[in-house]
Parts: sequence; structure tokens; C-alpha cells
Amino acid sequence: MDLRKLFLILVPYSWLLALFLIPFAIVLKIALSDYAIAIPPYVPTLDGIGNWSDFKTFLSELDFENFIFLTEDELYWRAYLSSAKIAFLSTLMTLLVGFPLAYAMARAASEWRPTLMMLAILPFWTSFLIRVYAWKSILSQEGYLNQVLLWVGVIDSPLMILNTNTAVYIGIVYTYLPFMVLPVYAALEKLDDTLLEAAEDLGCSRFQAFWLVTVPLSKPGIIAGCFLVFIPALGEFVIPSVLGGSDTLMIGKVLWEEFFSNRDWPVASAVAVILLLLLILPIVLFQRNEQKQREAEK
Amino acid sequence: MNRRYSWFNITSLTLGFAFLYIPMIILVIYSFNASKLVTVWAGFSTRWYGELFQNEAFLDAAWVTLKVGLASSTLATVLGTMAAYVMVRSGRFMGRTLFSGMIYAPLVMPEVITGLSLLLLFISIGLDRGVLTIILAHTTFSMCYVSVVVSSRLASFDQSLEEAALDLGCTPFDAFRSVTLPIITPAVLSGWLLAFTLSLDDLVIASFTSGPSATTLPIKIFSAVRLGVSPEINALSTILISIVTFGVISASLISKRAIARQRREEQEALQV
Repeated sequence: MDLRKLFLILVPYSWLLALFLIPFAIVLKIALSDYAIAIPPYVPTLDGIGNWSDFKTFLSELDFENFIFLTEDELYWRAYLSSAKIAFLSTLMTLLVGFPLAYAMARAASEWRPTLMMLAILPFWTSFLIRVYAWKSILSQEGYLNQVLLWVGVIDSPLMILNTNTAVYIGIVYTYLPFMVLPVYAALEKLDDTLLEAAEDLGCSRFQAFWLVTVPLSKPGIIAGCFLVFIPALGEFVIPSVLGGSDTLMIGKVLWEEFFSNRDWPVASAVAVILLLLLILPIVLFQRNEQKQREAEK
Repeated sequence: MNRRYSWFNITSLTLGFAFLYIPMIILVIYSFNASKLVTVWAGFSTRWYGELFQNEAFLDAAWVTLKVGLASSTLATVLGTMAAYVMVRSGRFMGRTLFSGMIYAPLVMPEVITGLSLLLLFISIGLDRGVLTIILAHTTFSMCYVSVVVSSRLASFDQSLEEAALDLGCTPFDAFRSVTLPIITPAVLSGWLLAFTLSLDDLVIASFTSGPSATTLPIKIFSAVRLGVSPEINALSTILISIVTFGVISASLISKRAIARQRREEQEALQV
């Protein structure tokens, strides 16, 4: 291997090792450490890496205290479960909103499609925080939604939406909609119309043709879209803290508060480690789906 | 091809885009509201824009955000392009699996974990948190996005062009500069733009990695937003939304024109 190639590999490689992998090792290490009232607020369990006797003491003193603490305190269990529930349900809702939009985009006249694509991508480039914030004045008690509903006469007294889980669902569906629409659209756009015609010629109704041809062929796009929404939604912090209420439990918010408010770094690190373990399965499934799609395209 | 304009498709398009755009349109309209109460319209005024530009804290934060964005996206573009080149062109080398894992992992990592891990790193090596640490953090996650964008372009172009240049006596560096680089430039530019936008947009990682000496605009907005709705934030949001809209529309017009020109040139070449 020549020097230039070595340099080319080494620079990004060592950057990622130093700023991605080593930080994880530190999180793991602190998750196994004990809490202490000090700066930094933990007692190191392992120092002087490479020293064998140190390593042996480390192994003998290794404890999963923080992890045991997480299983004992109900708060964390409920936070993981409710994050999973919120992420799962909002993924389904995003699919319900996103599929018809992607379908209609793919069926539009071809000269319109680039413009529609741009309209779907534009929100993705706009600040996430601002898009979440925009809902605050819509959903509040004296907000625009309540004003409209009261004016129409659907309700008699303003609805309490902001600071509840409903607002969190709306926020997730709204901000992650482009992530669902784009892969589903990409799958639907490739769909060969003659297949639908063939199905109809063979006696399918339009709905049957849709169910038996369009849906199975757009499955890779649907799966990709669902993972692209579910994975980030699970660790979401901004949406529950801006739109959710004090009873909205999501693990990203718990981690943040554990770190910034309670300053309990070992527990925050243990929360992070478990969140990561929970994410491994969906990430692996997502990668497999992508790989299958790539192979199918070859 | 039979593209039906059914009522169903038209309704989904209308409702879907209304859902996507109405919140932002309301935000923009109410930034010109004269009243301090955001939900009550009290006439047109640009008062909040004036107050925004007198607010030193916001201006400082905007300056920090811009510095971090420019520095981290440029660094990320260089590192990400190198990483993409390694992934597509280097074949097998020791630790390749780990390398590609480290490229893809940050894309799906929850921001709270990335932020936490980097903060713990900076503390354990005793690096003071400030502009520098935010730049390092942003570079790390956005270089992965750049490398994904650039490597898909690198993988799809004809490698024989590069080999031809080498056969004709170019040094590998010359071949890269005069053949590969022009071809991947659009991808590199869009990678840079993506990295820049991600950096401007990031709240969570910046909150973990910044110190009291450096506050970015999202951190500033977030602390204001937590307290409630404020017309100044509406004005700031409107400015940011207009910049992004302008950027995205002009980028798509430029690429449309580039595609049209390419088609025309190809056709002319065929006629000759």
C-alpha cells in the first residue's frame, strides 16, 4: 500500500475513531462507574488503559449497579416503554398520512413531479426546531386550531392539546413526514403501470389491483420510510420537550434531564447504553432492507 | 401511460401539502403582527424585526452559529469526500468493516447519545467547551452524511475515465483533480450544503458540547421557546425560512438548467 493511500485512509479513520468510537467507550465506562459528588461527578472504574493489574481490579470491581438501578426504578421502564409506544404509533400515523401523499405525487403528470418533489423536500431543509415551534401557537388553548374549532362551533370550550401526548404525536408526524414520503414515492415512481392494467384486465377491481400490485411493490419503500421515522423518533428530545407536557415520558428527555438537571452522569450513560441496545435491532433490520433493495436493483 | 387525475389524488396532494405548509405560513404571517400576543392579530408591523436586530444576544448567537456552520461543513466535506473515496475505491484493507460501520452509525444514532458521548470525551481529555468543541462535534456527524452523498456519486461513474487519464500520463493526483473532481463536484457541493444545514439546525449535540462561552442560535431559540411563544422568535424563524426557501429553489433551478444543458450538449454531440 503506498503512502498516499495510507494517508487517505488514516485521516478519516482516525477522526472517526477519536470522535465516534472512543466517546462510546467512555460512555460505557462511565455507565459502569459509581456516582460521586465531585467534578466530574463519577468515580472512575477503569483508568490507565493498558495496565494489566488495573484491568484486573477493574474486572473484579465491575458492577452493573447503574443498570440494576434502571430496572428497579419504575420511571425508566415506563420511559422506555412509552417512547417505544409513541415512536411506533406515530410511525403508523406518518405512514397513513404519507402514503396517500407519496401515491398522489407518483401519479401526478411527469412535468409536475419535480416541483412536487421540491415541495416535499423543502420542509426537510427548514429548521427542525422552528417546525416544531410552529405548532405551539396552533395547538395552545387560545391557539389558532381552537379559535377555528370554536368559531365553526364544533366545540364549546377550547381543547387542551398542547403539553399532552397528542401534541407530541402531531409534532412527530409533521416533522418526519418527508422521511416517509420520499422513500415511498421513490418506490411508487418506479412502478410499471402496465402491471396495474394487466391486473385489471385479469378481472381485479381497482382496489384489488392496488392491494395486490401497488402495495407489495412499494413494500421496500414503506419499510425504509417506517424505519427512518421510528429510529429517530425513539430517541427524540426536542418534540416531547417543546410540545409535550410534564407527564410525557420519553427516554431522550429522561436522559437529558438526568444529565443536565440531576447531573447523574453514570445513570445518564446507562440510559444511553440501553437506548442504543434497543435501537440495534431496528437498525439491523433497516440495513438488511436497504441491502435487499440494492441487490434487487442490480 | 395512464396517469389519472382522480379526486382522491388531488385531495391527498392538497391536504398533504396544506398540512406541511400551513403551520409555517401562519408563523410567517404572525411575525408581522403588531401585538405582543402571538395568537391575536392587531395589524401589520415590522416591529419585531427591528427588536430582533437590536438584540445583541441573538446577533452573537447567529455569528457563532455561522462560524460553526462554515468551519464544520468545510471540514466535514474534506473528510467525508476522503472517506467516500476510501469506501468506493480502496478495496479491502484492515478494519474496513469497522470503518464503514463508523460511517453509517452516526446517521441513525440518537442525537442525545452522540452529544452525551462527545461531551464525556471532551471532559475526559480536558478540552474547554466552546466554539471549537461544537465544530469538532458537528464535523463528526456531518462528515458521514457528506460521505454517503459523495460515495453514491463515486460509485456510479465510469472508473475507466480515471484509468484513461493515468494511461495518458497523469499522476494519480492530476487524474483526481482533472477527471474525478469535476465529475463529483455537484455531489461534493450538495454534501457541503447538507452539512452546513445540519450544523445550523442542530440543537441537541450543540447543547451538550457547548460551554457558557458559546451559544448557538438553536440553543438560544430553544430556551426562548421553552418559555412560550414570542413574536421575536417568529421574526427570526421567518428570516431563516426565507433563506432556506430561497436556497432550495435556486439550487433546484440551477440543477434543472444544468440537466437541460447537458441534454442539449448530448443531442448536439449526436448530431455531429
